[in-house]
Amino acid sequence: MLFFSFFKTLIDEQVIVELKNDMSIRGTLKSVDQFLNIKLDNISVVDEVKYPHLSAVKNVFIRGSVVRYVHLPAAVVDTTLLEDATRKEAAAQASKMGGR
Amino acid sequence: MADTSADQLDNAIVSEPLDLVRLSLNERVFVKLKGDREIRGRLHAYDSHCNLVLSDVEETVYVMDDDLEDLKTIKKQSEMLFVRGDAVVLISPPSQS
Repeated sequence: MLFFSFFKTLIDEQVIVELKNDMSIRGTLKSVDQFLNIKLDNISVVDEVKYPHLSAVKNVFIRGSVVRYVHLPAAVVDTTLLEDATRKEAAAQASKMGGR
Repeated sequence: MADTSADQLDNAIVSEPLDLVRLSLNERVFVKLKGDREIRGRLHAYDSHCNLVLSDVEETVYVMDDDLEDLKTIKKQSEMLFVRGDAVVLISPPSQS
């Protein structure tokens, strides 16, 4: 649930989602769920000439499994907090798996 | 905010492969991805799916120019990047080339 919580802190920020089909979509992150499905508002496709498919589309729902990268603004991310949360999540995973 | 002594001991134990990744937190790492891609960046977060958050990232994409049998590389930079774990092949300390 770490990255679910992380993305919730990024709601209303502008991000670029790069998909596995090589298309990149810029938009405002409006919603995320446990599968890391993403809703973006007010989108613009990065290479509009190459990908005219979404020229009439304002908002999109993106299935989490088709995402390759999400480009984020560094200013909004607290890396120390992320690292601490990661260590806690790793410990939680270990105690869930182990305990033999 | 400080680790309790029990947490510190737990943090020092390396028992499963992802524990090795934990040792690289806040260090630069080299990540190999599916699709002939590589990434170098500073690791800030990961989970059991190998989802990652990296900063100061350089991505290298290897492209085969089929007709000319030419291997091209495309390099891209990113200040902060989330990488979905299903594409990750390996995570390692960087080997500078």
